[in-house]
Amino acid sequence: MKRKIFWLGVVLLCLCGAGSFLFAGKEKPAEEQFITIHWAQWAPADYLEKLSEGFTAETGIRVVVEQTPWETFVQKYNTEMIARSDAWDIIVGDSQDIGNMAVNGHYVELTDWIKDHGVDKTFTPASLTYFAEYPKGAGKYFAVPCEGDGLAWAYRKDLFEDPRNRALFKDKYGYELGVPKSWDMLKDIAEFFHDPDRGFYGIAIYGDNGYDSLAMFAEQVIWSFGGELGDYSTYKVDGLLNSAGAIAGIKYYSELFKYVPPGFGDAFYVKCNDTFTAGIVPMSCNYLAFFPALANEATNPYAADTDYFACPPQKGPDGKTRQYAALGGQGASVVTYSKKQDLAFKWLEWFIKEDTQMEWAKLGGYTCHAKVLASNEFLNATPYNPTFKVTMEIFKDWWACPEYDVLLRTFSETIAGYVVGGKGTADEALNKCTQQWESIFKEAGYYD
Amino acid sequence: MRRRPKENQGLNIETHYRSVKDKTLMRLFILPTLVLLISINVFPLVWSLFLSFANYTAKMANVWGKNPEMIGVANFHRILTDPEMWVKFITTAKYVIMSVVGEMIIGFGLALLLQLNFKGKGIITTLLILPMTMSPVIVGLMWRLFYEPNWGMFNFLLGLGRIDWISDPARNLYSIVIADVWMWTPFVMLLSLAGLSAVPKYLYEAAEIDRASWWFKFTRITLPMIYPILMLALIFRTIEAFKIFDLPMGITGRGAMAPPLLAMHLYNVSFVTWNTSYGSSIGYIMLIMVLAITLIFVKYLNKAKQ
Repeated sequence: MKRKIFWLGVVLLCLCGAGSFLFAGKEKPAEEQFITIHWAQWAPADYLEKLSEGFTAETGIRVVVEQTPWETFVQKYNTEMIARSDAWDIIVGDSQDIGNMAVNGHYVELTDWIKDHGVDKTFTPASLTYFAEYPKGAGKYFAVPCEGDGLAWAYRKDLFEDPRNRALFKDKYGYELGVPKSWDMLKDIAEFFHDPDRGFYGIAIYGDNGYDSLAMFAEQVIWSFGGELGDYSTYKVDGLLNSAGAIAGIKYYSELFKYVPPGFGDAFYVKCNDTFTAGIVPMSCNYLAFFPALANEATNPYAADTDYFACPPQKGPDGKTRQYAALGGQGASVVTYSKKQDLAFKWLEWFIKEDTQMEWAKLGGYTCHAKVLASNEFLNATPYNPTFKVTMEIFKDWWACPEYDVLLRTFSETIAGYVVGGKGTADEALNKCTQQWESIFKEAGYYD
Repeated sequence: MRRRPKENQGLNIETHYRSVKDKTLMRLFILPTLVLLISINVFPLVWSLFLSFANYTAKMANVWGKNPEMIGVANFHRILTDPEMWVKFITTAKYVIMSVVGEMIIGFGLALLLQLNFKGKGIITTLLILPMTMSPVIVGLMWRLFYEPNWGMFNFLLGLGRIDWISDPARNLYSIVIADVWMWTPFVMLLSLAGLSAVPKYLYEAAEIDRASWWFKFTRITLPMIYPILMLALIFRTIEAFKIFDLPMGITGRGAMAPPLLAMHLYNVSFVTWNTSYGSSIGYIMLIMVLAITLIFVKYLNKAKQ
C-alpha cells in the first residue's frame, strides 16, 4: 500500500513537472500592467490613488497605492528594503529616511533624470533639498518631491474675534488678541484661554514620543529661538544643540505644554484634530495634510470659524528674529529592486507635469511645483493653502543621515522626560542628548 | 541481462526491501516539516546567537568583518552594566509580580466561588472567560479607550477626575497590570476550576465526618490537591508576563514615556533603531531568565507531584 502511495506521489510530481515544462514555452495571456506605490495610510494617499486614475486613462497602466498605518509605516518599508523586496515599485518615504535609503542603495539615483526632466527648475529648491537630496548640498537626488507638508496652526476665529475675549486679553497682556506674531504671543494666548475648570484648554500640540511627533515640534522651536540640531555637514553637535537658543526653545515647549488638555503625553495628529473639533481648545498645531478634516463641516462643527496661520517668528536670546517650521511630507522614489522600473519612471514623468501637479493640488495634495504653488488657483483652492505657501518658505528638516532613527529615539527619550514628564531642566536634557548624539556620530565614523 | 535476486542469504530480502522503502517514505514525509522548522525556528535562533556576539545592524549592507563585526561579549557586558537596563529589569520584575500575583489570587478566588451552586452559574462562567478569548492587541486598544483621561470610562466609573493613565510614567505601568489581570485571570480561574473538580469528593466527606473546619479542608485537602495545577498556571503566566509586548503596545504605545519593559525595549532596539545585534543579546538574556525561572518552577512542580 505504502509503495503504491509513494509511486503515486512520484507520478503526480512527474506529471506536474512535465505540465509546467510544456506550458512554459507557450505564450502567456496578456497581463494587466500595473505599478504599486507604498505610502502611509492617510488622506493624501487616497488623493494620489484618485489622481493616478488619470495616468491609467492615458497609459492603461493601473496604479495601486498600498497604505500602511503611520505607526509602522517607516519600519515596514525599511524591513521590505532590507529583504530587497520588489513588492513596491515606488515608495513615498519620509524625508529624513532619504539618507538611509540612498546609502544602502534601496532607491534608484535620480540625479540625471531630475536634470533631464527639469525637475530642478520646476520644483521649489527647498523641497528638492529636503525631500530628494543626499548628502545635502551634494547635488545627488533620490526622490521627486511628492507631498510637501509642514507644521502649521489652526485657530478659532470666533474666539479670537470675540469682543469680550479681546477686551480681557488686552487688559491682561496689554496688546490686541489676534493671530500670533511671535511664539511668546502664542503662549500668552494659550495661557489666556486655558481654563481646566470649565473643560477648556489653551492649546493642542504634540506630546507623543514614539516616532517623530515630539521631535518635530521641538525642532521648530529650537530653530526659532536660535538653536540648531547640529551642523548637518560636519556632524558637530556640541555648542549647537545645547546652545542658549536651543535651551530657550525646549524650555518654551515645556512651558507651552502646561496648557494642553489632560493626557496629551501621547498626542499626535489624531488627538490634536479631535481636540480641536471637540471645541475644547482655541488653537492646534498639526501637519497641514491633516487640515482638510478641519475645513470640512462634516468633521468639524467649527469649520466655518476655523482659520489658519504659519508658525510665527521669534526673537531668540541673541536678539535675532527667526521664523521656522518643521518639515513634514515625503518624496517619491523608485525602488532599486522593482521589476517594473520602466513603468515607475513613466508614472514619475506624468506626475511632475504642471497639469498633473495642479490636479494634485486641487485634490488636496500639497504640490512642491513652484509655478502651481504660486498660482492664484492654488492659493484660493482651500482656506489653508496660503498658510501652506508660507510654511514652504520657512521649513527646515531633521537629520537625514542613516542614523536619523537612533538620533530621533535618543532625542525623544531625553526631551520627553522634561517636556512631558516635567523632570529635570532643559539644559540637562539637551546636554545629555548632545553627549549621546556625539557618541552615535563617533561610533558611525563621522569624526574620523 | 536481468540479475535474479539472491535467495536465502540469512535475510528476508522482501522484508528488508519493504522496510527500507518505509523509512524512505517516512523521511520524505518528515523532510518538508524539518526544512520549515530549521529555516524558521532553528536557523534564526542560531543566527541571533551569533549576532549577539557581534556588532550588526540589519539596516546596513552585510560586509563581513564590519557589519557584522565580532565583538565578543561586549553587548552582554553593556547590557549588564548599563544602569538604565537595570531599571528595565526591575520594572519588568515589578510588572510580572504584580500581574501574576493578582491573576493567581483573583483567578483562584473566582474558581472557588464558581464551585458553589447558584443561579446563572453557567452564563457567569462563560462571561468571565470572555476576556481571555480576545486578541491581546484588541484588548490593549480597548483599554486605551477606557483609560482616555478626558472621556474614558475608567476615570468616569471610579470618579477619579481627569487622571492620565496612558502617558504618565507614574501610573502607566499599573494601567497595563490592570488590563493584564483583567485579561488573564480567567486563564488561572479555568485551570483552577479543572483542578478543583478533580479533587475526590470522598476526601471532603471523610473530613466532614471528622467535623473538620472549612479552613482545615481548604489548607489540608484543596490546596495540596490542586497545587500542581496552580504551579502550572504560575509557570505559564510568569513566562507570558515576562515577555509581555502586545498589551503595553496597545495601551501606551512604544514612546519614550511608556513603561520601560524589557520586551518593549527589545522591540525599540531591534526594529526602531535597528541595532540588531544588541537586540539579539537582550533577547538571549531574556531567554536565559525565562528558562531559569521555568526550571525553578518545574522543580517545585515535580516536588508537588511526588
